[in-house]
Amino acid sequence: MLEINGLTVSVAGKEILKDLNLSVAADEVHAIMGPNGSGKSTLSYVLAGREGYDITAGSVLYRGQDLLALKPEIRAREGLFLAFQYPVEIPGVGSATFLKTAVNAIRKHRGEKEFDAMEFLKIMREKRDGLGISEEMMRRALNVGFSGGEKKRNEVLQMALLEPYLAVLDETDSGLDIDALRVAADGINSLRSPERAMIVITHYQRLLEYVVPDYVHVMADGQVVRSGGKELALELEENGYSGVGDKAEAAA
Amino acid sequence: MAANTETARTVQALTEERYKYGFVTDIEADSAPPGLSEEIVRFISAKKGEPEWLLDWRLRAYHRWMETAEDTPGWANLEYPEIDYQASSYYSAPLRDEDRPQSLDEVDPELLETYAKLGIPLQEQEMLAGVAVDAVFDSVSVATTFKSKLSELGIIFCSLSEAVTEHPELVQKYLGTVVPYSDNYFATLNSAVFTDGSFVFIPKGVRCPMELSTYFRINAANTGQFERTLIIADEGSYVSYLEGCTAPMRDENQLHAAVVELIAFDDAEIKYSTVQNWYPGDKNGKGGIFNFVTKRGACRGRNSKISWTQVETGSAITWKYPSCLLLGDGSQGEFYSIAVTNNCQQADTGTKMIHVGKNTKSRIVSKGVSAGRADQTYRGLVRVQGKADNARNHTQCDSLLIGEKCGAHTVPYIESRNASAQLEHEATTSKISEDQLFYCRQRGIAEEEAVALIVNGFCREVLQELPMEFAVEAQKLVAISLEGSVG
Repeated sequence: MLEINGLTVSVAGKEILKDLNLSVAADEVHAIMGPNGSGKSTLSYVLAGREGYDITAGSVLYRGQDLLALKPEIRAREGLFLAFQYPVEIPGVGSATFLKTAVNAIRKHRGEKEFDAMEFLKIMREKRDGLGISEEMMRRALNVGFSGGEKKRNEVLQMALLEPYLAVLDETDSGLDIDALRVAADGINSLRSPERAMIVITHYQRLLEYVVPDYVHVMADGQVVRSGGKELALELEENGYSGVGDKAEAAA
Repeated sequence: MAANTETARTVQALTEERYKYGFVTDIEADSAPPGLSEEIVRFISAKKGEPEWLLDWRLRAYHRWMETAEDTPGWANLEYPEIDYQASSYYSAPLRDEDRPQSLDEVDPELLETYAKLGIPLQEQEMLAGVAVDAVFDSVSVATTFKSKLSELGIIFCSLSEAVTEHPELVQKYLGTVVPYSDNYFATLNSAVFTDGSFVFIPKGVRCPMELSTYFRINAANTGQFERTLIIADEGSYVSYLEGCTAPMRDENQLHAAVVELIAFDDAEIKYSTVQNWYPGDKNGKGGIFNFVTKRGACRGRNSKISWTQVETGSAITWKYPSCLLLGDGSQGEFYSIAVTNNCQQADTGTKMIHVGKNTKSRIVSKGVSAGRADQTYRGLVRVQGKADNARNHTQCDSLLIGEKCGAHTVPYIESRNASAQLEHEATTSKISEDQLFYCRQRGIAEEEAVALIVNGFCREVLQELPMEFAVEAQKLVAISLEGSVG
């Protein structure tokens, strides 16, 4: 699904990602953890195609295609989804309207029939019920006046509607209380499938109790310094990040 | 077929008419030679077979125009090259059928592409492109059915020229009473040389059952330059009028100086909507139309109401302030506007709400979207006269900037001479942020579509005020006007 090789990225002249390597296959959930400044969010933005990032070396293969050569909206239509850490507000644009436009853009790209208003509302109702998102919330302008938890649940709803092949969740758990976290986690888990892969970026082990990963990677200083199974997350919880870099060196 | 013969007969009648007004120019000519003089004013009046009182009015306006210098006040935030008033012709006869395109195949394909993007139905496209009446199936009978329904209710809806002949007492009573010919330079010019426009009269207690639009006025050819419209709503009546269309309109004549007068009596309501997409000029602003319009509504009656809704996306330069005079106690004025300027367009537009009666209310919602190297100014006046007790106004003017090189300005004037007035003014200026665009793109929405989505959200409050069919077209129009504004 995703092959990242030797990815090196600078922002405003400063190197953030240094020779990063990562492999993700379908039906896998990979967690990426690491201290602030390790480059986790940068990785997610580079994958999504945001401007302002200088890719100085490396390649990214997504389902056999050169991902970095594609425009952001094409990457999205090819099934790449990023759940933002800080979802932006768009005043005046109704959430439902926005989602219908997005869903139909992707369906059109895939050669599927676009939904009309009635069909879309029906699908949306099915998907939002499980996440505890009310009809009233969908009538509001996109993310305007949404609490942190509501914004994150909205991201998960979008993921459910857009049915991506690769979902990158950037700190979806930040700002959520226990209950909200469970709801979001249930939503994410229900979207696991043999055709889909997920990259879950998080600081804390908490989310990973509910969304159990197949692999855990630790990033530090722009690289993946250690990889392991789900036990690695527990280890980090106990010992913190500071020992990780040394262990990688020792292993190498 | 019937319409064709009628047109031929009319043309024949005109060319045979003897000139009773005493001038030299050959009345048999279809068009006046370029230039403006007293002779030309008489020529126009004669061509239209107008009565003495109207010619008289035109001449008084013309003489005043000659005496006043062009009113390009320093306050207007506009720059334009000097207009040569002697360079264009002030009258040209409607195109004969042989001179028109015989089918859509003969029409500029780029124009057709725009019609298609706007979702304009084929039959309407033919009318807009001026295809010969012959070739347009049944358009004449559609308009005829429409007119007979209106006349059953006593509603008069016809061209102003027709009204001068059929209902002279009404025209004479009201023309120039809301916008006197002395009002401003361009209104003076219009009063001297106006060619045609709409006349609407709604009798007491009648609610006009359908939206009146210029589309249904046959013989609307060549009236764009100096259009004059007069709408009167008698006590307790209601009418919704649509002016213009989303289709891009080209014209050799660069200056458009229309005048619109609205009068609402006790408990009457007039809703006037405009969608304007005059040719804005090329990417460097050359060749576009100057749209200098005077529009005013007089709420003469108690509890009368006039609302202006406009979507302005065209013209190289737009200069207009649709206004309301709130004379009657309890009267209300509303102004909803979307102005889009791109490339090199300039707009200085807004409204004036003058509170004179007691317990009057006004509401202003102005949305300006500026892109490219365009410049836009909202200029509004809310004035409360001394005896206007309990006046209320709420003004909201918002600007949205797209890109780094455009400008938006807000110049609100608030003058109150009555201590009981409650006036609220809110203004915002914002940019479409990179983050918002990226969010949309990450959801599969391409950049230009994302801009359209965000701009439509920004303008939603105003779009909601437009009659349904207009609203859908207007939304598409706003998107098209912003093409090429990103990247």
